Amino acid sequence: MASVGKIARRTFLIGAGAVASGVAVGYYYYRKPYPNPLEGDLAAGEATFNPYVKIGADNTITIIAPRAEMGQGISTTLAAMVAEELDVDLDQIKVEHGPASYAYYNAAILEEGGPFAFFDESMTAEIVRAGMGVVGKFLALQGTGGSASMRDGFDKMRQAGAAARQMLIAAAAQKLGIAAADLETANGSILHKASGKSLTYGAVAATAATMAPPAEIRLKDKADWKLLGKPQKRIDMLAKVTGAPIFGIDVTLPDLLYGTVKMSPRFWAKPVKADFSKAEKMPGVIKIVPIETNYGHGFGIIAENTWAAFKAAEAIDAEWAGPEYPMDSAGISEALKQALGTKGSVMRDDGDVDIAFADAPREKIVEADYAVPYLAHATMEPMNATARLKDGVLDIWCGNQAPTLVRQLCANAVGIEQDKVSVHTTFMGGGFGRRVEVDYALCAALMAKETAGRPIKVIWTREEDMRHDAYRPASVGKFQARLGEDGMPVAIDMTIASPSLIASTLRRLFPSISPLGPDKSIVDGAYNQPYTIPNYRVTGVAAPVSIPVGSWRSVGSSINGFFHEGFLDEIAAAGKTDAVELRKKLMAAYPAAVKVVEKVAEMAKWGEALPAGKAKGMAFMLSFGSWVGEIVQVADTPSGIRIEKVWIAADVGTALDPGIIEAQLISAAVYGLSAAIGQEITFADGMVEQSNFHDYDAMRIFQCPAFEVAILENFHKMGGVGEVGTPPAAPALANAIFALTSKRIRTLPLSKEVTFA
Amino acid sequence: MRLTVDGQAFDVNADPEMPLLWALRDLMGKTGPKFGCGIAACGACTVHIDGQPVRSCSLPVGQVTGAVTTIEGIGTEGRLHPVQRAWLEEQVAQCGYCQAGQIMSAVALLDEVADPTDADIDNAMGGNLCRCGTYPKIRAAIKRAVVLKTAGI
Repeated sequence: MASVGKIARRTFLIGAGAVASGVAVGYYYYRKPYPNPLEGDLAAGEATFNPYVKIGADNTITIIAPRAEMGQGISTTLAAMVAEELDVDLDQIKVEHGPASYAYYNAAILEEGGPFAFFDESMTAEIVRAGMGVVGKFLALQGTGGSASMRDGFDKMRQAGAAARQMLIAAAAQKLGIAAADLETANGSILHKASGKSLTYGAVAATAATMAPPAEIRLKDKADWKLLGKPQKRIDMLAKVTGAPIFGIDVTLPDLLYGTVKMSPRFWAKPVKADFSKAEKMPGVIKIVPIETNYGHGFGIIAENTWAAFKAAEAIDAEWAGPEYPMDSAGISEALKQALGTKGSVMRDDGDVDIAFADAPREKIVEADYAVPYLAHATMEPMNATARLKDGVLDIWCGNQAPTLVRQLCANAVGIEQDKVSVHTTFMGGGFGRRVEVDYALCAALMAKETAGRPIKVIWTREEDMRHDAYRPASVGKFQARLGEDGMPVAIDMTIASPSLIASTLRRLFPSISPLGPDKSIVDGAYNQPYTIPNYRVTGVAAPVSIPVGSWRSVGSSINGFFHEGFLDEIAAAGKTDAVELRKKLMAAYPAAVKVVEKVAEMAKWGEALPAGKAKGMAFMLSFGSWVGEIVQVADTPSGIRIEKVWIAADVGTALDPGIIEAQLISAAVYGLSAAIGQEITFADGMVEQSNFHDYDAMRIFQCPAFEVAILENFHKMGGVGEVGTPPAAPALANAIFALTSKRIRTLPLSKEVTFA
Repeated sequence: MRLTVDGQAFDVNADPEMPLLWALRDLMGKTGPKFGCGIAACGACTVHIDGQPVRSCSLPVGQVTGAVTTIEGIGTEGRLHPVQRAWLEEQVAQCGYCQAGQIMSAVALLDEVADPTDADIDNAMGGNLCRCGTYPKIRAAIKRAVVLKTAGI
């Protein structure tokens, strides 16, 4: 792990911004609260207590859950945190996303941004972590990502509910002339048991909101929780089973125009020729306009309906300049492999790896080369946004994971101040990291400049969406281990090369900021696993390939889970050690990890003989603060390999909603298995070859295994949930296939080597 | 052209080549059916025509001859279809975007096969993609819907 000295010398990258080490933000600034964004926009009779709670005179209670709902259940659990302390049931409240506001900064998203493993609790690590939270506020990122929303919200959402409740009680005490200590709350009312008197929250809300917030906020003990820790009905389920218009693509406004985009199929390339004559004459087409953003160049088609826009986009005859990156996948692979041989950044360096290998006998060395491809997010809802620019005011409606970024970059794009931009964040038909980007919003904002004040809904075709993503980076790794006499590894050396997603993200979002220091996402999931190996080195190299790359569910861990856990399985096989026993020995210093591995092994009856033609594989990953073990069982069938069953054990520290957590773990595993089985984005002539679900498919219901999930709460810190099921899925499957076929597959997707049923 | 959608008549002025999906969404205000792929590969746009499940993104509106039913026409908030109730009880949806299509495929399946086997479910639902991986709950909800339907709920 990094030492104090190394930290002081080094700068490192966090999120989308570069921040020097030594967090130079004044304590005073950090403590100063942002203004409550709800204050300017209250309905008649409504009072607000803080940025998370509004109560109307009619006792309508509104909770703001300022993180993007993309299926991870965030709106339900964030609301439950406030409701728990406010003493109301979930069916008594309305939940809103709220406006884009710095008040809703996500501190936790950056907390793990420093060069420490999650389990490193040294004083240096803790100081930097606390500092990162301050930076989170300073940068005021209202973002949803990093599986951080629960960790970020846990204290502040509960405090918001508790503070409001205490103020309501104080106001009721005043009105009734009864001591606050003699009052209790239930179901949105304040009661005085002795006299039977009661007041609704709404009856005292206006007075309560003017009172000073309590100096000391008392939170409930975990044992007294009524909502948290128990599965809740999702607040959005009814809307989602009735087809309600809750997504960005469903936005309907008076006088609405429709549109689509046709962007350069070669990233960053400009058009060298464009003939609109045929497209412009097509029925329903209003105008074709150029689009230039930091995401690339192309055209926007403004039309009377979406279909007319799609047809016209097809009819534009355009030629584009050549690519600035290698023409095809073979060239990209070559560039990555060459990068492996160049100087990188060492992110873990235990013992002395060079000495450990110097005298290693040949038969004690295990070597392997791994590779994974670029991946698209392929959310079910294609990218879209609706924009209206009228009288110098821009309104944007879209599902997005970063409303303050949307506001800032759209304001810049149309040339107005940020306070003239309102971002209306809708539910998202999937995010997985894709909607951290703002390209869809920028396109709509620029097209809204051309519609004389009419709103325009700009929907991308699936083909446009597939071919203009910020992809999960391709990556290659070179791995070497020296085994001891007992078959256990005494030295491991890992070098991983991949394009830097931090550099790529900065180019799109903040091109004036230069990346500083190493991008730890290149080795995330490889350098910070809870294994003790005497000589253990992990090096990351940023490869100079400029195809746009970004955050894809579990980010670096989606890559390095496959590398690290695949290679550990190779070490186990070479050393003739059981894969579960090997991990338990290596992670003995981390009891939470051992318990996870023991639990998943017990659930899957690991070690018991299976019928011929069936086999199991396992993998473990610590990511986003949660410890996750997965075991996959595969079967050889006449139509190919079938994934029969997956067992998952996850220690999330504190499980706030076990129902939603289980659903997310399964979802993330399916997401990882889908990619492992068959997904890849490849390039020819500088363009993405895949276009739609026929050539970039995902797991279907008939391929989906049975799942069994155990949620553990042994570790003393809360972990994330949304992404943590993804990293172990691919290696567990590949390891199962090795157990079944003796074929060690080191390159994804696995369908290049084996057939799946 | 005149279309019947969710029991209501619409006069639609559209290019007959326009897919039914876009006529529904842009011209008739029926946003329940979703756009996912445009090539009948994901099922998000599934509607019924005379009770048969159809991918509306790939059917020209000019070729529609029967009555169209969307997710908005099978039940209402106060009076949900048994399949919608089962979906609610099993807490199926995550992002929810594909679920209108999933539910329409499931409704059609149960209209044809009262008590489907796992293989029947695989066959009927294989064309409906879900990127959130809600498949285990979809399967459970279809089985629960069988019970609800049999009980006349």
